[in-house]
Amino acid sequence: MSITMNMTATIPASSTQQAKPAGVHPRPALELQDASVVFGSGDTAVTALSPTNLRMDRGDFLALVGPSGCGKSTILKLVSNLIQPSSGLVLVGGKEAKAKELRIGMAFQNPTMLPWLTIEQNILMPLKIVAPFKHTYRKDKKGAFRDRVHDLLGQVGLKDFANHYPWQLSGGMLQRSNLCRALVHEPDLLLLDEPFGALDQFTREELWQIMQTLYLDRKPTVLLVTHDLREAGYLANRICVMSARPGRIISDEPVNIPQPRDIGMIYSPEFVEMTQGLRELIAQVRNA
Amino acid sequence: MTDSQRIRLLSSSLIIGFFLTWEVLCIVLNVSDLILPRPSEILVTMWTRFPVLWPHILQTLYSTLFGFSLGVMIGVTLGVIVGTSKIAYAVAYPLLVGFSSIPKVAVVPIFVLWFGSGTTPAVLTAMVICVFPIVVNIATGLATTEPELEDVLKTLGASKSEILWNVGLPRAMPYFFASLKVAITLSFVGAVLSETVASNMGIGNVMMTASSNFQVSLVFAGLIILALMGVALYAVFSFLERRVTGWATRGNDIAVT
Repeated sequence: MSITMNMTATIPASSTQQAKPAGVHPRPALELQDASVVFGSGDTAVTALSPTNLRMDRGDFLALVGPSGCGKSTILKLVSNLIQPSSGLVLVGGKEAKAKELRIGMAFQNPTMLPWLTIEQNILMPLKIVAPFKHTYRKDKKGAFRDRVHDLLGQVGLKDFANHYPWQLSGGMLQRSNLCRALVHEPDLLLLDEPFGALDQFTREELWQIMQTLYLDRKPTVLLVTHDLREAGYLANRICVMSARPGRIISDEPVNIPQPRDIGMIYSPEFVEMTQGLRELIAQVRNA
Repeated sequence: MTDSQRIRLLSSSLIIGFFLTWEVLCIVLNVSDLILPRPSEILVTMWTRFPVLWPHILQTLYSTLFGFSLGVMIGVTLGVIVGTSKIAYAVAYPLLVGFSSIPKVAVVPIFVLWFGSGTTPAVLTAMVICVFPIVVNIATGLATTEPELEDVLKTLGASKSEILWNVGLPRAMPYFFASLKVAITLSFVGAVLSETVASNMGIGNVMMTASSNFQVSLVFAGLIILALMGVALYAVFSFLERRVTGWATRGNDIAVT
């Protein structure tokens, strides 16, 4: 199946940016080598992830889609070092995933802002924990770090909410703060676990656009796990489809639409055709 | 008038009404001062004897706060150990329950035996009596921390102690302060109890001495002073609680501005 389409006609010529060809960098940003995950042991063992190979180059925006329970989130947990592979290797920037040395930004479906901290303090948290920022955190508290947080908040339209507490914000605002927190320490790898899943359609589309802007500004390597095929098609430049449990990657196709993409595009016939194709593929593996 | 003003007014009227009823009933029923002195008499005694009572008030306050501080330090330490380790929790729990179910009055004679009568047993009683609520609350607060909140820091590569400082302990603060309100009251009870049994200083001792001399209004003056001190200590910690852990007890008085 091919997920390609040409939308250049509707996009200004100045902003045409093609997905980077694979293998430009000698060391991929992320690499899974036959990584598998088995929970439990003996008769009760559950294979959450069959041996999987995946390679992402720097600046890739990869969307991982598939039926629920297929191990999409397991891959994220592997990469973020929350769980260890039962076999195989997880390499981030060529090194084995040891969260200590990595700069990972992660945003979950649940915004998980710490309720006792203001939005600003919440977003400052990664700078307090992650090297090299943490070494200068105490000295720099009032200066550059705060400016950095305020810049980010401005970019997502929350400039006036820095000193509010999480419970004073709506779900969409919380998720925007969550993106700021995931990006504030300039992560090498940004992991998004259905970050827009719990939002209404309008808020979601608004956040897709914000996410696209943040991505194009910074070009981090992004791994997005989602149920929403339109979200995958709009944001990613590569889509991987996973089979039902035990999960493995059954399709890996680029999305050849220049970025930035216009939000109206998701209602165009070509885009609908692409998501339909993905949908059928997932329907097949669900019933298989 | 707002609801909170109305509640404050009613609650003040209830207190005043209580003392007025007491006064009136004593007069109407012609109750002897030796049985139950009138509030006005107690007030006069408090006023005239205040210079004598003052050092005793300070003594009781000192024993209470000193013992309480020790208890908080021990309680927090134990609570953190028990709350962060599931094994420590399971292993230590039976012993903790055993200790906490001893009536604390029973330890006073032991402290007197070891340290003689005076300030030391009062401080120690105030300490042991307040340790357990603190341990249990800190441990509960830490043990019930949402794993999702910890994951936020784990993915950043935070160490165990960084997670404890940035998530576990702040998350346990509402539990900690709730226990402090209970603990300060218990410490106060412990200190007064020990003074009553084995001391020649403190409000507990004053009441004991006054009682054996049939200075009934002085006994009641001591009681009222204890009540006032207890309320004051409780109020201080309630205030601190609201300041520090307001995020956990937010009401409806919030508006996004």
